[in-house]
Formats: sequence, C-alpha cells, structure tokens
Amino acid sequence: MKLRSILATDCGSTTTKAILIEHIDGEYRLAVRGEAPTTVEAPFEDVTKGVLNAVMEVEELAGRKLLDGDKIITPRNGDEGVDVYFSTSSAGGGLQMMVAGVVKGMTGESAERAALGAGSIVMDVLASNDGRKPHEKISRIRQLRPDMILLSGGIDGGTTKHVVELAEILAAANPKPRLGQNFKLPVIYAGNKMAIDKIKDTLGEITDLDITENIRPVLERENLKPSRDKIHDLFMEHVMQQAPGYKKLMSWTDAPIMPTPGAVGALIEMVAEKENISVVGVDIGGATTDIFSVFQKQFNRTVSANLGMSYSICNVLAEAGLKNVLRWVPFDIDEKELTNRIGNKMIRPTTVPQSLEELVIEQAIAREALRLSFIQHKSFAVNLKGVQKERTISDAFEQTESGESLVDMMELDLMVGSGGVLSHAPRRAQSARMLIDSFLPEGITQLAVDSIFMMPQLGVMANIQKEDLAEEARKAAIEVFEKDCLIRLGTCIAPVGAAKSGATVLTAELTLPGGSTETHEIQLGEIVRIEVPYEPVKAKLTPGKGMDIGAGKNETIETTIYGGVVGIILDGRGRPMPISTDPKQRISDLTKWSAAVQEYPEMDKE
Amino acid sequence: MAHAYTPGLKVLHETKIDKERRLPLKGTVTVEKGQTVTPDDIVAKTDLPGNVQMVNVANQLNIDADDVKDAMLAKVGTLVSKGEMIAETKGLFGLFKSNVTAPVDGTIEVISDTTGQVVIREAPIPVEIDAYMTGFIKDVIPEEGVIIESEGVFIQGIFGIGGESRGDLAVIVDSREDEITEDMITTDLAGKIIVGGSFISLSAYKKAIQIKVAGVVVGGFNYYDLEDILGYTLGVAITGSEDLVTSLILTEGYGKIRMGSRTFDLLKEHQGKFASVNGATQIRAGVIRPEIVIPLSKDELKGDHKDVHASEGIQAGSLVRVIRAPYFGRMGKVVDLPSELRKMESETMVRVAIIEIDGENVEIPRANLEMVETD
Repeated sequence: MKLRSILATDCGSTTTKAILIEHIDGEYRLAVRGEAPTTVEAPFEDVTKGVLNAVMEVEELAGRKLLDGDKIITPRNGDEGVDVYFSTSSAGGGLQMMVAGVVKGMTGESAERAALGAGSIVMDVLASNDGRKPHEKISRIRQLRPDMILLSGGIDGGTTKHVVELAEILAAANPKPRLGQNFKLPVIYAGNKMAIDKIKDTLGEITDLDITENIRPVLERENLKPSRDKIHDLFMEHVMQQAPGYKKLMSWTDAPIMPTPGAVGALIEMVAEKENISVVGVDIGGATTDIFSVFQKQFNRTVSANLGMSYSICNVLAEAGLKNVLRWVPFDIDEKELTNRIGNKMIRPTTVPQSLEELVIEQAIAREALRLSFIQHKSFAVNLKGVQKERTISDAFEQTESGESLVDMMELDLMVGSGGVLSHAPRRAQSARMLIDSFLPEGITQLAVDSIFMMPQLGVMANIQKEDLAEEARKAAIEVFEKDCLIRLGTCIAPVGAAKSGATVLTAELTLPGGSTETHEIQLGEIVRIEVPYEPVKAKLTPGKGMDIGAGKNETIETTIYGGVVGIILDGRGRPMPISTDPKQRISDLTKWSAAVQEYPEMDKE
Repeated sequence: MAHAYTPGLKVLHETKIDKERRLPLKGTVTVEKGQTVTPDDIVAKTDLPGNVQMVNVANQLNIDADDVKDAMLAKVGTLVSKGEMIAETKGLFGLFKSNVTAPVDGTIEVISDTTGQVVIREAPIPVEIDAYMTGFIKDVIPEEGVIIESEGVFIQGIFGIGGESRGDLAVIVDSREDEITEDMITTDLAGKIIVGGSFISLSAYKKAIQIKVAGVVVGGFNYYDLEDILGYTLGVAITGSEDLVTSLILTEGYGKIRMGSRTFDLLKEHQGKFASVNGATQIRAGVIRPEIVIPLSKDELKGDHKDVHASEGIQAGSLVRVIRAPYFGRMGKVVDLPSELRKMESETMVRVAIIEIDGENVEIPRANLEMVETD
C-alpha cells in the first residue's frame, strides 16, 4: 500500500510527541512535529487528550486538517487526514516486569534478555540459585507488583522440579497486578515444555497464564522471539487496557502500540541489519539510561534504572563517586557545595543550566552516567553462558570462556546518542565529547545524535506486521531515520595501544571534499578536530609504532570516512584514557581538550 | 497577557485540606461520614495475608516428592504451631524415623507432590490507619478508607525524610536566616515540631532525634549529611518509609537557604498550635511533596481565603522564587515574559522571564522559576 502521509506519536511519561511524515518528491521526509504534556495522570486521566493536543500542534504547523473533532482523520480524504496512524507508549512508568529462571546466569538471563528486548523494565530476576530463601522471594514479589511475569527454566526434556518450584513460589505470593485491582496477573510461561501441565495446575487458577515456546530449548540456543512477541501481545491486552484512555487510543492506531524502548530497539536492529554494521544506541533520560547494541548480529538492550540526569542524578553521584565526576570538571569547586547543587537538581528536576559552570557540571555527570550504564551493558551483552564449546589445540592456549562480552569497541561502526543532555547540548561538539569520553570508541567510529528523539515513532513503523503496510512503513522509517532523525556529528578516530609520552600515535592524511589535502600528526594525549561537513573524505590512517586503528598493530588503513556538524575528531588520548589525578594537570588537560574541539565558549577565547 | 506554567509549592494561610486515608487491601472502615476525628483515631483496619514459609519436606526426609503426602501428619488447612511435627517417615520397623517440624505458627496451605514443598502461611498481620489530622469524615470509600477534610494552614516543603508525625509547633529561631544549632535543641522540645530558619546542622538534627523531637521544619540541610542519618546514599528522591523518630522537612533545598518569608511568618503566627507533618517525598511523575498541616478551629478561621489557581501560571506581577544557580533561593517579581528564545551564559536557548530582584532586572530561564502560591 502506497503511503503518502503518516502520523506517529510517542506517549512518554511527561511529553507526548507527534510527527507527521509525508511522501514528497519521491521520498519520505519529516514534515512537522508537535508536542504536548502527557495526560495519563490526574486530573485528565486520559492519554488521548495529550495525543490530540500534540496532533493539533502538528495540524497547525502543517496547515491542513488532521482532526475531526476528537478523532484523527484516517484514511486520508483528499487533503484532509493521514493514511495511517501509529503510536508507542512509556507513560505511567512503562512496562514493568519481573522475570524468573532456574539458573540465574542461564535461563534467568535469557528471560531478562527477552523482557528487556521487548522494551520492559526488569524489576527483579528470580532464580532458584539467587541465594534468597523462598519467603524472601515471596515478599519481594508482593512488594514489587509487576505488570507481568515471565517464567522460564529448564531445557526441553530436562528436569521439571526446579521450574515447578518457582511456580509454587509465585502461587504462594499470589501477586496482584500494578494496575487494575480486579484482574489476574498475566504470567507467561516459556520454560521446559515437559512441565507445562504442572505449571497449569499450579498457576492456571490464580493467574492469567499464557504458554509459549521455551526461551532456551537447548543450552546452546536462545529462542527469545516467541516470548518477546507474547510480551507485546499481553502489553496490549492487559497492561494497556488498564491504563487511562488507552482503549480509545488502541482503537485509533493501525498497528499495535509498542512500548517505547521496544520500538527504539526494533529500529536500531533494523539499521544494523540493513547496513550490516555494529551499532550502539543510547538514550539518557531523567530517571534511566537505555543502551541498545548490535554486535555480531546479536541485539541487546539494557536499562540502567537509576542512572539519569534529574530524578536519579544523585544516584549517579553515589555510584560513580564524587572523584569520578570531578575528574571531568575543569575548575576547582568545593566538593560539599557541588553535592548540594546536584541534590538540588534532583529535587527540582526540570531546571536548566543557566551558567556555564552549571552546564559543565551537568555534562560531567552525564559522562559518568553513560560510562556506568555502558559497563552494565557490556556485562549483560554476552555470549550464552553454560555452553560447552568444542575446542581445538589452539583454543587451549586462549582460555576464552562462554559468557564473554559481545561488545567490541574496535568493531563498532556507529554510535547514536539521544536524550536531553546529548540531543539538546548547546554545542554539538559537547555531545561528541560526551559520547567519546564515556564510551571510549576505538578505531574508526561514526557519531550521531537523534535530533528530536523520533526513534520510537520510526521504530514502531519499522516493526509493522500487517502485510499491506509493512514494506512501505519500513521504507519510510529508514528514509526519515537517514535524512531527518540523525544529526551526523562526524567520525572519531582513536588509536589503541601503549605509547610513550610525546610519541606520534596517528598520522592522518585526508583528502577533503573539494580535493584539498591535509596531514595531521597526533601525539599521545592530544585531540584534534577537523571541521568537515557530512561528506566523504578519503583517509590514509597510519598508526604510530605499536598502535592499532582497526587493521592490527602498525597496519595502515586507507578508507573513506565522513565528517559531520562537528567534523573529524582525531583522538590520541589513549585507550583506556588516563586522566591525571593531580588537579593542576587535570585542569590543564581538560582545558586543552575543550579548546581543541571548541567545546565551551570561554575556552574559545584562549 | 503572557503567562507560563511553573509548578509551585503551596504556602496557604487558610484552605480546605482533603486527605485520603486508604487501606493497602480491602478491609473495614470504622468511622462514619460526618464524624469528627482527631489525629490518633483509627479510621479503617484490615488484615494483610500472613507471611509464607516454604518447607522442603521431601529433601528433609530424603523421600520422593510423590511420597510427601503420605508422610504428612498435618493436612492442608490444618493449624500448626512452631516446633510441632508436621511430617514423619515410617522408618524401618518403626525405628530410625525422621521428621519435619513447623518453623512457624501457621496454616498448611499447599502440599506439592511435584517438588515436595509444603507451604505454611502465618497468621494475618493486622493493619490500622489513623486519621493523621483533626477534621471530619467528608466521605467514606466502602471497605477501603475515608476522606478527611480539615480547614487550616497548608504548607508544602521541597524535600523531606521520615513519614507522618505530629506535635505542637515550636519556632526556635528569631529570624528566617538563623540556623538551628545543637545547643538550641533542649529536652523540652521532645514530641514537638520545631521550626528553624536557613539550616540545621547534622549534629543538631542528630540531637533532635536523640531527644525525640517529632519533626523539624527548616530551610536547608546538607545533602551529604543525609547519608549519616539514613545509613545509605539517597540516589532518588523517594522517601517516607524511613524509620525515623524525627521527620525532616526542607522548605527550600540543600545547603544554607533562608526560609521563604511567607512560610516562616505563617509558622511563627501559629507558634504553639498542633500540627501534622509528613516528610514523604516522591519526585517522579505523580509528584508528592512533604507537608505541614495546621488544622484551625472555627474561631481561629478568618474566612478570608481565596481560591488559588496554580494552573493559570505566572504572569507579570507574579511572585516567584529562583530555584537554580546563579540566583538560587532569591525571590522576585515577574516584570516581563518575552516570547522569543534567549541565549544564556551556558549558550542554552530558553524561554525566559525578566525578574526584578532587589531593584535589579535579571533574565532567568522560566524552567528555573517556581511560583510562590499564596492566598
């Protein structure tokens, strides 16, 4: 089905964002966007009010009629209305799940991966071997009141005892769902198929039990898709039905409403697949930081529930430690005064940095929130644990175990940042520096930010199942993602290896758009920004002695790279990147690095 | 006229205050509509299901799960006491028997022949809800709770710790700029709600806890001292369940910040009156701020309160407080609300308000202003 006009909304916990995509001159482009406060909570308690307000703004900006009273006009009728309407939602706290598996590191982890991949927040992972006594597990289940539980455990045909024991614990807790007092809690069983009858006996009466394929039919293979799909179905059937106004919203949309992070994940997966690249995406919000990655064609998502820039800003301070935050601050500041300032941001989360000093402090905290979230992500995005690998003689010398991280920064091709602190930084060089300093990309990596956070809406479009819509919606999602969603910051080139102070770590010979050539020699500890727009640049990159930029130690790479709004950043600061513990040296280094990329206004004057 | 929506804290000298008092599970409401109540009156009660203990009888007796039913002495639904034998093997010729005893008092709820587990549920836990403040029962929510209405002073703080508390108000400083120091906390303040000015030191707050002061209302406290009181670093502002004798309510924030003059004057005016306070704070969607309620009797009410519409937002002439550096804690009057975006020192482009502070006009991002809602 040819689509000319697509409307999509994302109902976030505070703001509902609407975008209008139009097919103009043979391509899909973002026409206009609008936003309005979300209306899930009192006094409105109807999500559609916020949706209508956001669409009304789109209507005004687009200059054509999209609404007929309290309804979105679809299908399009001449110049009025849109062909299709889609939506995502994370309002009312998003989808909150509890998962259970027999062995924490195996089926427990697979269940967690399925739930996270579907876009939920995992409140807790119960496992037979998690060290808690049954009554402790029971009181935990009661206290948390999840929206849904995913129960897994055992490979098909294996022992059923442990997974039934978990079911008995659930039954004893007799949990009630968070929303809708009079409903039974949805429970998905995705474990050993031999235990299905016993699970039905134990949980069939007191919960709304749904059975799907085993998440780990054999040790060597995960089968997450059936569980992820089931989670989406139940999210629509149960959770959304209880949320204020969602019944109405669901009747408006042309495809099921997806949980926001599930949609973002779907988009990132699609981009990685289409371009055949490795991607890391990050969304840093007020309360949480979501990280998505695709390495070796495997998708992973993690949510760092209490690493955010406002509601949980003090938790970043607590987890990172004051010293780690301060190492990014290029001036002296009283430590106690700083903690009070951060505390005040937590209790007044909507304030914005007016002074430069406040901005620098916020961006210092952002680096630590991102760094910590990425550590969590790396330890979660791993090969399957518990898998016996066949070994050859050569492997015997290289003792790699199962469960090693899939995240390889040298392999990473594209990093996409989103969330207020990255998307709305006054200078794009600040976003680039925050991404580089916290993720420490190695070799050649493209950097981008999501301009207005439309990845959720594009994600839901990329994931349409309806046959007549799927292909065209997907095409629209990709085109808009490429042309309007991403702001290309540029490319970071960072050599890896041990070098002596003063040594040249990288020589870059660049043929810029227009044909002029430049050669840059980068010393250890130095960072250089070359302003080039998002156009191809021929590059001959020669690493210094003992250094690697992706092709192996001392190996030169000839390739094409791209600039962007920031340009090309040659980062010779080393991996890992040491920061001096001597305050004087630290301040001098930070000031030098900032000036090199024109990060802050005052630094420019020097 | 230009206006902007800026959430504010309420500082009301006379208003109607409704409090919902709701049970965690359905139960019995013990008062009737129209009835007057005092803070300690119980308005509703219920029994929470008892804790559950799981005993793996199969493992303990070293028998198959299938055989557990036969070994059980106590059947489903039986009441058992702690130490009572609940299962026993037949042994060999009546000898070498092994047994399992109940770890707690309770009722046998489940005997599983798959896992060999026995579930014992302990006695229900009674829960009672009190009225919290003086007032009358405006409405009864059948089986769930009540809504209590009162008239009087209502003040919101910005952050608090500790839950509900009550006592007579004692303003122990002369001005809103004064700090509460350790020597000011005297034993006669036990059970009272004490009011200070700009700050309370850690040692003074600790002393207040020691002599069982009911609550502290003050402008500021140091964020890093919270850890000393709570035993952990407060990462997110969701509080109220801390086990503290002395609830703490900050009216302004972290650091030394003088209490807003209206707040201080209002508390001083009601020196000695009985107040209910709650330190519970939740800063997320569905925000909860700590509060001070001073119910007033009919004779004390002046009947001069006006309805305040916070949703109208700030406009020229509104009284606002700056809630972020560089003018943090200062009060001012809105002079103008220009519609175009302005560039701040940080280069952030924002919508601003022009505020008159001490005779000088300054530009402040609207997001950094809080409306002072007074009546």
